[in-house]
Formats: sequence, C-alpha cells, structure tokens
Amino acid sequence: MSPWLIGFAVFFAYPLLSTVYFSFTKYDGFRPPVFNGLDNWSYVFTDYPLFWPAMRNTLWLVVVMVACRVVFGLGVGLLITRIKTGAGVFRTLFYLPYLAPPVAATLAFVFLLNPGTGPVNTLLEAAGLPAPGWFTDADWSKPALTVLAVWGVGDLMVIFMAALLDVPKEQYEAAELDGAGAWARFRHITLPNISPIILFAVVTGVIQAMQYYTQPLVAGKVAAGVIGGSGQQFEPGYPDKSTLTLPQVVYNVGFQRFDYGTACVVALVLFALSMAFTALLMRRRGGLIGTGD
Amino acid sequence: MPRTRRLTALATAVAALSVLATACTGQSGSAAADDPDKEVTLNFWHGWSAPSEAKAIEENIARFEKAHPNIKVKVTGNMTDDKINQALRAGGDKAPDVVSSFTTDSVGKFCNSGAFADLNPFLKKAGIDKAKVFPKTLLDYTQFNGNQCTLPLLNDAYGLVYNKDAFKAAGITEPPKTWSQFVEVAQKLTKPDGDSYEQLGIMPTYHGYETTPVRLAAQWSPTYFGADGKSNLAKDPAFAGMLTAQKDLVAKLGGYEKLEKFRSTFGDEWSAEHPFHKGQVAMQIDGEWRASMAKEAGVTFEIGTAPLPVPDDQAGDYGKGYLSGTIMGIASGSKKQNASWELVKYMTTDTEAVVAFANAIHNVPSTLAALDSPDLQVTPEFKTFLDIARHPKSNTTPAQADGGTYQLTFQDLAYAVEKGDVADIAAGLAKTGQQIDTDIAKAK
Repeated sequence: MSPWLIGFAVFFAYPLLSTVYFSFTKYDGFRPPVFNGLDNWSYVFTDYPLFWPAMRNTLWLVVVMVACRVVFGLGVGLLITRIKTGAGVFRTLFYLPYLAPPVAATLAFVFLLNPGTGPVNTLLEAAGLPAPGWFTDADWSKPALTVLAVWGVGDLMVIFMAALLDVPKEQYEAAELDGAGAWARFRHITLPNISPIILFAVVTGVIQAMQYYTQPLVAGKVAAGVIGGSGQQFEPGYPDKSTLTLPQVVYNVGFQRFDYGTACVVALVLFALSMAFTALLMRRRGGLIGTGD
Repeated sequence: MPRTRRLTALATAVAALSVLATACTGQSGSAAADDPDKEVTLNFWHGWSAPSEAKAIEENIARFEKAHPNIKVKVTGNMTDDKINQALRAGGDKAPDVVSSFTTDSVGKFCNSGAFADLNPFLKKAGIDKAKVFPKTLLDYTQFNGNQCTLPLLNDAYGLVYNKDAFKAAGITEPPKTWSQFVEVAQKLTKPDGDSYEQLGIMPTYHGYETTPVRLAAQWSPTYFGADGKSNLAKDPAFAGMLTAQKDLVAKLGGYEKLEKFRSTFGDEWSAEHPFHKGQVAMQIDGEWRASMAKEAGVTFEIGTAPLPVPDDQAGDYGKGYLSGTIMGIASGSKKQNASWELVKYMTTDTEAVVAFANAIHNVPSTLAALDSPDLQVTPEFKTFLDIARHPKSNTTPAQADGGTYQLTFQDLAYAVEKGDVADIAAGLAKTGQQIDTDIAKAK
C-alpha cells in the first residue's frame, strides 16, 4: 500500500462511499441510519423547496461570475504588463483585495452597497443614475456578489501576468512586421499562447464557484439584519432565496435540520456537477485553445 | 491485472468499513445510573454572551455548587446552536452534559432524534408535578409528543414597545388595542421625507427584527396543526387574516419597496443604533428586554410598553402575545445524568434561582412561583410582559419533528405575500401547508 493510496482511501474514497451510503438512509446523526431507498433522492428533486433555487443560483454563479473573473483578471493583467511606470504599485493595489478575509470583505461590500446609507448608491443617485438595491434586491444580489468576486481578482491577475510575460517577444515583432493590428496580435498570438492558463483559471474558477459558501451566507445574513443568538432560526438565501447556493443547502439540511440523508444527496449532486463541468472543459480545451492545439 | 484486483479489494474493504462504521454511530438513551452524590464535574454549555449575563449565570452556578458541594460545574458560554448540535453528535467527555439554547424551535428535533434525554422520569423521581410548576404554554414548547426532553429556563414574551414622546406629539393618548386602531396610530406617527421617512410609525415588514410572521400570527390565536397532525394553514382563517392585515399595513405605510429601503438604514438590533433608540421608528414589536436596552443606550424619550394589538373581532382577548424562551436539557450521551438533573432542577425549578436570574438579565421568569415572587424586580415597562406571559390566551408555536422548519416555510410564504408576489393567499396557504406536511413526514 503506497502512502498515497492510504491518503486516497481515508480522505477521498471512504468519505465518498459513505456519502453514497447515507444518501439512501434516514440518518439524523444521533440514531443509527435506517435504509429508506430513494426517499431522499425523490425528496431533493421533487419536494425540497430550497434545492432548485440553489441549483439555479450556483449555475448562474458558475457561468457569470467565473466569466467575469477571467475577463477582468486577464484585462487587468494585460493593462499592468503594458504599464511602463508604477507597475509595481498597481500590481500591489490589484492584488491586495485578494488577501482580505472573505467575511470582512463581504461585510465591507454590504456596507458600501447598502441601498439606504452606502456611499455607492449615494454617488449613483447624485449622478442621477438608477441606484439598485444590491444585496437587498433579489435581482441584484448575485450581480453584487459578482462585483465582490471581481474586486478580489488579484490571484488570477498574477497568474495571467506571468503567462503574458512568457509569450515570446519575437512572435509579436514578426506579426508587427506583417502589419497585424493590436486585436489581431491579441487574437492570434496572445490567446493561443496563454490558453492553457485560461483553461486553468476557468476550471479552478468553476470548482470555486461550486463551493461558494461564505460570501453569500454572510451577505444574506447581514443584509437581512439577522445576527445569531436571538433564538430566531435563520434560513439562508436572503433576499428571496437569491443568494442560496448548494453548499449552504448541504449545511442547512444536514447540520441544522438533522437530515444527513438529504444533505448527502445534495452533496453528491454537487460532486457530480463539478466532475461533469471539469470533464467538459478538459474535453473542450481544443476549442478554447483555438488554433494552437 | 493484479493492480485493478488490488484496487477492487481495497474498494470493497472501504465499503465494508463504511457500513461497519455507520453501525457504531448513534447513541441510545439509557436509564441514568450514576450516583448524584459522588464527586463529579459537569460540562454546562449556554448561549449567553454579554458580560452581565455571563456574570448572572456564574452567580447562579456558585449558589448551586454551595448547595451541592460534590458537583463542580464547568461553564462554557457564547455557544451557538451549531456548535451544540455538533458536540452532542460527537459525544465524548468534552461534550456538554447540560445544554441551554435560545432556539425554542429546536425542541422537536432534540426530542425526536433522542439528542436530549427525556426528563419525565427525573421529574417523577423528584416528585415534581410539572403542571403545577410551569405555565402550560411553556410546557407546550419544551416537549414533543409527550417527551419532555427540555425544561423552560426563563421566558420571552413579545409585545409592543413605543415612544411616548412621539405619541404625545401626534396627539395619541394610549397604545392601540385593536388592529384597526394600530393601523391608524401607525399612520399618524409616520412622517414621510421624500422617498424615505423622518419617522415611521412601525416597521411592518417581516425583516423588521422581531416582527416575524409567527409573532404577529400569535395575536390571531392560530392553530398550526389539526388533530390529525396535518398543517392547518389553509383551514384556520387566522393565517389568511394575519397575512392580509400585514399586507394592508405595508401598503398604507408607503409600500414594500420604500419600507425595505428605509430598513436598510437601520442599525444592528443588539446595538445602541437600534432604529427605535434613534427615533427612526416610533413603535417596535419586541421582547421584554427592549425597554431596558433602550435605557442602557441612553435614549432621552419616555418609553411605554403594551401588549400587541389583537384583530378587531377578538378585542376581548387583548393582552395576549407570543411566548418562547430559553430551553435547558440533558445530553442523552452524558454519563452523569443524575448529577446533571440536579443542576437542571435547580436552574429551572428553584424559585430563588429563577428569580435571581430573571432579575439579572431582564427576562420573564419561567415558573408560576417565580412569576408571583415578591423578590422579582418589576418596573412598569416590565410588568406588561409579565402580564402577557400570564395571559391565558398567550400562545406559542408547537414543537415539531422537523424543528422549526415549518415556521420557515410559512415565513417564506409571508415574505412573498408582503412583496406582492402572491395574489391568491388562500392558494398559497394550501400549497405551503402541503410542503409542511411533506417535510414533517420526512423528518418523522
């Protein structure tokens, strides 16, 4: 038995298999599990009111948030690699938000984007622009989370900068001699050269988005004005289930409703989704890479 | 392919292990056999966090230890429900023996899953007739299907806290008693200011801190479940009555959007910045603690308290309100249940202990004797809540197998109604009732 195999068995195979087992049982964590067939599965897909909203939100975040993060990360990386003076300062400025703890960052954004007292809406109103309700409006809460995610794009920026600086200079020079414009150079030289890094950013981004838990939970709680300790039960997802994500559902139904069986089903759905997305992206990387592969 | 065979063997072994492991989890409650007169140390977890509250607990425990020299109590405060649930599941000697939680709604889950031991045998052994010690409503929310797995440790009553100066300025002489008076008073007290408010009569939306659907519904004396155990949302007119009345009040005070925007300017509920303290709202639906908290925050206006108004056709029941409170129980995995019972018995039934604790943290006492105790410090504001707690028509939300999930499901409907997303309230209630029945069947 290799050490890797022991680690794999203890930390991956056993938990996964027991999750599958529990998903077919009625189990509250106190009494021994009782086999109940497909009850949990049918409950999740047909009767559980939090599942589909959470699924829709998670998919929304996977598509929109990841796309925005990659586009912004690449954009900022491009800008900073072009800057001749003060690149170090900008690099630091764009990287710093990534270091902020997620809870603190979320609290700050709920404060900044507060529709009644926040500076952002005060400015928007002063400029005569529409001021959305952000974290208190079901249509705007996910865009607000996306803004928060884009603000912390420093990690991707650094990776993209390294990739961009690795693109051979000769290729740009040759293209310029052939009369290629800026867009053509980006399209035919930069993109093919950094496509593996884009793929990496998309795959890790998708997996992160699937596990998105802290920010929506904190944003929902704070915007709803619910602070723990008052004996009031809290249901995540304020406003109107719009910030509910699948990991929050797993926690809520498993640890707060004492229904491990249902939680295991949702966890397995999440696992299958992550696998499917990753497999799809790895398969399609030829398309992503465009010409180079 | 020996490699794949090895892997298959490993997978089989892991699968077998997982099945085995599941067979050893879960604890069954057994009759307590420990000797309560032996030297023992108990772990007691509670949720209070304010220094004054923690001090009150410690004083109580000190008195207990003096009376029971052989029992030492290790107190851990500021414990959330999530931590408590996790520790109860894990068990072991670090886990709590005695637990108190603020979430009354968890009782059904605690009893149903056997996380807490049934206290009926202990009460019987101690010769305590619980019906003579505790008010009936409090017994209702501390048991589930006859399993008394918790006892009430102080009580919260919900009523109306109002700004007397604002009332005077608006020419209102007494607090509203019926819902229609309440709507009228709330409108009189409201001073709009562009698309916001200089002063709002009351924040009627369900996110307005303690203004939850179940607290409001209590004024209609609802019955949540029929005799068959099925949800009664569609059958009992109380629910439609409450939802309609609240929706109408929201519309009369400026509409949902405008109110929610104003609500986003409110400070934290447990800070000095509370909108009632700052004069942003003239009335607040709240618990018995609000008046003293406002005074501690240094408010300059005079504070009045009253029961919440009742629907016009139930005017005779004015004075009732919603009751809930802190609960206390013994972990079924504890090996020191008899000693633990001594602590629970002392904290929940000893008149002196209950009164001292109620005085220290401004909660309503939870035993009949303590409610009538001459040692209870009663301010006029506080007396209102004592009277609500004693009122025969005051009610609570019953314990259920799924904990308080049924209340959250109802709350979701209420959110949709106040926003104007549900045109047909009757149909919404019927659908919500079905969802509640499904969830409870799943949890049983």
